[in-house]
Amino acid sequence: MHIQLAFIDYAILATYLAFVLAIGWALKRHTRTSHDFFQSGRSIPAWITGLAFLSANLGAQEVMGMAASGAKYGIATSHFYWVGAVPAMIFVGVFMMPFYYGSRARSVPEYLRLRFDEKTRGFNALTFAAMTVFSSGVSLYAMGLLMAALLGWDFHFSILLSAVIVLAYIFLGGLTSAIYNEVLQFFLIVAGFFPLVMIGLADVGGWGGLKTRLVEVATARGFAPGAYSESWRHMTNASSNPMGVEWFGLAMGLGFVLSFGYWCTDFLVVQRAMAADSMSAARRTPLIAAVPKMLFPFLVILPGMIAIALTQAGGDFQLPTKPDGTLNYDMTIPMMLGHYFPPGILGLGLTALMASFMSGMAGNVTAFNTVWTYDIYQSYWKPQASDAHYLMIGRLATIFGIAASVAAAYVATVFNNIMDLLQLVFAFVNAPLFATFLLGMFWKRATGHGAFTGLVAGTAAAAVHHGLSLPAEAAAGIKGGWIAVMTDYPSEMAQNFWTAIWAWTVCFLLTILVSLGTRAPQDSQLTGLVYSLTPRPEETETRWYRKPGPLGAVILAAAALLNLLFW
Amino acid sequence: MGLDIRKPIGGLLIAVGLQLAVYGMLSDPSIYKRSMDINVNLAWGLVLTGGGALFLLWSRRAEKTVR
Repeated sequence: MHIQLAFIDYAILATYLAFVLAIGWALKRHTRTSHDFFQSGRSIPAWITGLAFLSANLGAQEVMGMAASGAKYGIATSHFYWVGAVPAMIFVGVFMMPFYYGSRARSVPEYLRLRFDEKTRGFNALTFAAMTVFSSGVSLYAMGLLMAALLGWDFHFSILLSAVIVLAYIFLGGLTSAIYNEVLQFFLIVAGFFPLVMIGLADVGGWGGLKTRLVEVATARGFAPGAYSESWRHMTNASSNPMGVEWFGLAMGLGFVLSFGYWCTDFLVVQRAMAADSMSAARRTPLIAAVPKMLFPFLVILPGMIAIALTQAGGDFQLPTKPDGTLNYDMTIPMMLGHYFPPGILGLGLTALMASFMSGMAGNVTAFNTVWTYDIYQSYWKPQASDAHYLMIGRLATIFGIAASVAAAYVATVFNNIMDLLQLVFAFVNAPLFATFLLGMFWKRATGHGAFTGLVAGTAAAAVHHGLSLPAEAAAGIKGGWIAVMTDYPSEMAQNFWTAIWAWTVCFLLTILVSLGTRAPQDSQLTGLVYSLTPRPEETETRWYRKPGPLGAVILAAAALLNLLFW
Repeated sequence: MGLDIRKPIGGLLIAVGLQLAVYGMLSDPSIYKRSMDINVNLAWGLVLTGGGALFLLWSRRAEKTVR
């Protein structure tokens, strides 16, 4: 399917790119020190860091992937938001941000060094740096493929154009430029997809009409009539919902281990909060982000649900099929844009899609250049250099990060299986992380030896569990079962959730055991790093919506209400 | 940090909104068959322009407060 763009579409895309570069240029003269470049001088207001916190996560996987999941699983995809994001965002804002921001650590790996030891920081810094470059490359690769399939653009041109633009604005303005552009991209993404939802809903007869059409989708696939429009009712066992997961695996695997592991420990998002202009602003950053995050299912999942309903009805809209005859859900958003949008607003929709690719890439690159400079270069190469030297290294790391991302994108074109394998390895590394942070921040007896042993053992447990289990209808290999098949899971998602649960549990228990067998750190070393030894942040705000506690409680209640409304 | 982000947000929304609105007024109505016969360019272009203007007003108000 090729979409023919008109002059107006290109004009809108060019306008957006001009604004992005102008922001980088305008910020160039304000970026004089490494503190400005890597931490925005800790000077950004909460509403900006809040939207950037959300937008750094708004990569293509979010926009296109969640729409694809909406078509594949229906409203149950909202679990990735109302269970798998909002509670963790509230937790990091209310309970964890005082340690990240108050310890004056410049990165998440640096917090691990302050709290534990050098080897724990090194393990986290090296795996994180490799993962960000790799993620950025996979995103570039996906964008190149999409633009080639959709617009007939040359694969190399698409990749190089977006890489050069992201490089330019980060090189010039550092983290501030990335954050400001992420806020711009947030509004553009909303502006590009909101009309799609409105027109699509009008076409299927509103929410009532969509629910009626989804009954046919569900029954045609052998599920209960409400399986695509009710999020919890069919979660009692894995075979009765399109996701193929049961409630405990969902709540523990996604709602606790994976979501807290990502939102509470991933430096890519935490870095945005650490750039805030005060402790109060840093704590409110994830809470502010949680509000639009809660509403995003209506923007990205609904188009997928509309697409599958229209496809089932057999009208003039049909999702394309893959060579094996199954539906190609990944094309949901591009197909919907092409179906409903005339020239003009089509350019806006495609620009929003491009913005999502670029914001995801910029988030990865800024996190990479900070971890590379502070946690690897300064720690192991040149600890006593001048500030100007680290600023230069940061800019060089930006060039290297972008170049490595482009290289990773080209590797993906040749060795797609290697990329799948790398993604799997990073999933193993990430799964146990939250146990380390939870014990580090809330149990003063946790030691560096305990943390490191727990992390390595948790990663190994994830790999072993994956090697001993296999999802239904998959062959042993990269999908699991590469040691022996001892457990079957009804779906790949269920296997992922349980792999995470095993990794987290092993890391948690082993960290405790090894910590109890090794020498406890002195209390004086842990002030500002552990809950029981840190004075509570002074409450300077007077209005309830500026206090993290009450604001978090209201947002959590709203998320619970959404779960009930779509139960 | 030296740049009020509300200005570029407002500027971008107005620039894109005006392009859409003008194109919506000049374009052939038959292209809107696929969008339920709604001139979505004109309608959404005006909404974005209004939204952009609100951002610029917010920015001006913040400047006055600081002064």
